[in-house]
Amino acid sequence: MSASRHTAHLLGIEGMTEREITPFLDLAESYALLSRSRNAPRDVLQGRTVINLFFEDSTRTRTSFELAAKRLGADVVNMTVATSSVNKGETLLDTASTLNAMHCDLLVVRHAQSGAPALLSQKVEASVVNAGDGMHEHPTQALLDALTIRRHFGRLSGLKIAICGDIAHSRVARSDIHLLRAMGNDIHLAGPPTLLPSAFGTMGGVTLHHNIDNALKDADVAMCLRVQRERMGSGLVPSAREYFSLFGLDRKRLALAKPGALVMHPGPMNRGVEIASDVADSPQSVISEQVEMGVAVRMAVLDRLSRMKRPS
Amino acid sequence: MTNIIFDNVRLIDPASGRDSKGRLSVVDGRIAAIDPTDTPKNARVIDGQGAVLCPGLVDMRVSLGEPGAEYRESIESGAQAAVAGGITTIAIQPDTDPAIDNPALVHYIRSRGEESGLVSMHPYGALTKNCAGKDMAEIGLLKQAGAVGFTDGARAFADAKQMRNLLAYSGFLDTLVILHPEEPSLARGGCATASPQAVQMGLPQIPACAEAMMVARDLRLAEMTGARIHFSNISTGEALRLIADAKSRNIRVTCDTAPPYFSMTEADIGDFRTYAKLSPPLRQEADRQAVLTGLADGTIDAIASDHNPADADDKRLPFAQARAGGTGLATLLGVTLQAGLPLLEALRLLTIAPARLLGLEAGTLNIGAPADLCLFNPDETWTVAAGQMPGRAQNTPFDGRTLKGRVLRTFHHGKEVFTAHGLPNNPQPAQ
Repeated sequence: MSASRHTAHLLGIEGMTEREITPFLDLAESYALLSRSRNAPRDVLQGRTVINLFFEDSTRTRTSFELAAKRLGADVVNMTVATSSVNKGETLLDTASTLNAMHCDLLVVRHAQSGAPALLSQKVEASVVNAGDGMHEHPTQALLDALTIRRHFGRLSGLKIAICGDIAHSRVARSDIHLLRAMGNDIHLAGPPTLLPSAFGTMGGVTLHHNIDNALKDADVAMCLRVQRERMGSGLVPSAREYFSLFGLDRKRLALAKPGALVMHPGPMNRGVEIASDVADSPQSVISEQVEMGVAVRMAVLDRLSRMKRPS
Repeated sequence: MTNIIFDNVRLIDPASGRDSKGRLSVVDGRIAAIDPTDTPKNARVIDGQGAVLCPGLVDMRVSLGEPGAEYRESIESGAQAAVAGGITTIAIQPDTDPAIDNPALVHYIRSRGEESGLVSMHPYGALTKNCAGKDMAEIGLLKQAGAVGFTDGARAFADAKQMRNLLAYSGFLDTLVILHPEEPSLARGGCATASPQAVQMGLPQIPACAEAMMVARDLRLAEMTGARIHFSNISTGEALRLIADAKSRNIRVTCDTAPPYFSMTEADIGDFRTYAKLSPPLRQEADRQAVLTGLADGTIDAIASDHNPADADDKRLPFAQARAGGTGLATLLGVTLQAGLPLLEALRLLTIAPARLLGLEAGTLNIGAPADLCLFNPDETWTVAAGQMPGRAQNTPFDGRTLKGRVLRTFHHGKEVFTAHGLPNNPQPAQ
């Protein structure tokens, strides 16, 4: 999170402290309850404009942000790369000027390049929310994962959290690691070295494993990350069946974790690659709840950023 | 199974350092005792007449034609050539047709080896699918199926990033990756080492430094990834200096060479002798000397036959078009014994050293170990004659050479699998 003059952005979790993170989770928790009772306050963002600027396809995250903004009464516009002038050769900064002229208040950005939302934030007057940039960060995903965990354990510290899968290419992993470290958890990452750079091991509180069983042992949370089909046979992983055999979260492996350990996945899942179907659908799985918390977290983020922007 | 007692033999076991006259008994296919005072019941007595009895040789690089090119060499004919050379354990190259790139084929090779009943066969797994150098093979599943290491055979990898990924992946599975170090763009189309002779002969050339360039790159990648790499067929002094330096810095690297590289030079391709067309090509005398030094000083960890069968039509071609490779199973011991190494050391490079590299239970005279044994006369000479060699393929680069050291008998798991011509092989129960 960063604030320049009167504008607040959420560009990443890195550098955020427990004191900065917790208010987002508290507010999101209340929005989760209000959403369930169909009582979300429609006047919070009334008269404000939210633009979902997606340079990369994403139905799930875009829908989640759109729903969050609408539940708070904002006017929402979805701009996707297919319909924007970016395809006609407009640079990212030209896009920023265009958006400034439209006077939008909150800009939700998804981009395939790491750092693109940060660049935009320097040039636009709106508050920028990073909805995922390259392999860098996905801060709202980390917040929703954190909220899901906190609701189940009643706390967000002192937990053993295993994160397994394509960590090298995952912005979710980076944001989750930053957040869960900041809150004081014991983080264990697992994957083949081609998907798990040793540099992650230099962060305090993070342990690397090339054997998933060691990461899962006595874990409170088993989080699987998507291993994209494109990675298979690309020189990083030979095949889906080998990946599943070495790293797939199945019943036998889940039994190594603590009884009742949470099974999480940011979606979309590759059943039978990183996670077995019966595990994904088991009572320990909170994958659907993650989606629900996603909307609540994004409501909280839009709400807080819009208020931070107001002159104090 | 017949129990055996070897009498009057010189026992050489490089794993323990033993080199002494004595006796050895075999019970139920395993080594039962050294210098036993009594003779096992109903044992067949073999009087070695002072010949050397050592562990059956372990050959860590053998190409066979099966599956796909059985007309060159089948698993059966290759096994026959092996035992004639005193070899009882072979590791088999995966670049067959189809390549050994799926677990079922690993099981196939292993069981075909067992059917032959002659030698223990251990397949390498393909490093990339179809050994085509593109997509990573299922290294984890192949290892589970029993692949003893991974290689694409004589194909080197041009792409450094791909090599890094392959090494990182195989590194975490703790598998041995066997590399043929030859800078592919520099080697492309070449068939003789770059030299005045090759210029005179008008042959397209491969500079000796093509080997060192690849060794240098892959050592750096091994250092970066922590992978365990092994260079095959080292043929140049420059590559050996790089490897020795890497070993002193504790990089996980080993290497082997094959008999042609310490016993032949480019002079042996003489009048376009295609049987001496090998990959890498035969080098100049200075490099041959460097390989001998590397064997003596321990830089080279093992000697492999690099048996590479070809049929007449593969070789009866203009030199540049002929298939590269020579047979080597039957001549492995004899040529190695001429390298000027102490006998114990020469046998170490052919037995326990390669067995340890591949993690195999072989290559020792340990009590309880499978009785894989080679009985040979180190002083008897014989002449290599293409056309009369054991096995199907006859493309020996050593054709016409007289070798000292003749294999008399070979035993695999206690069973006599080879008997030299003219020796009795009827089991003779003890009186």
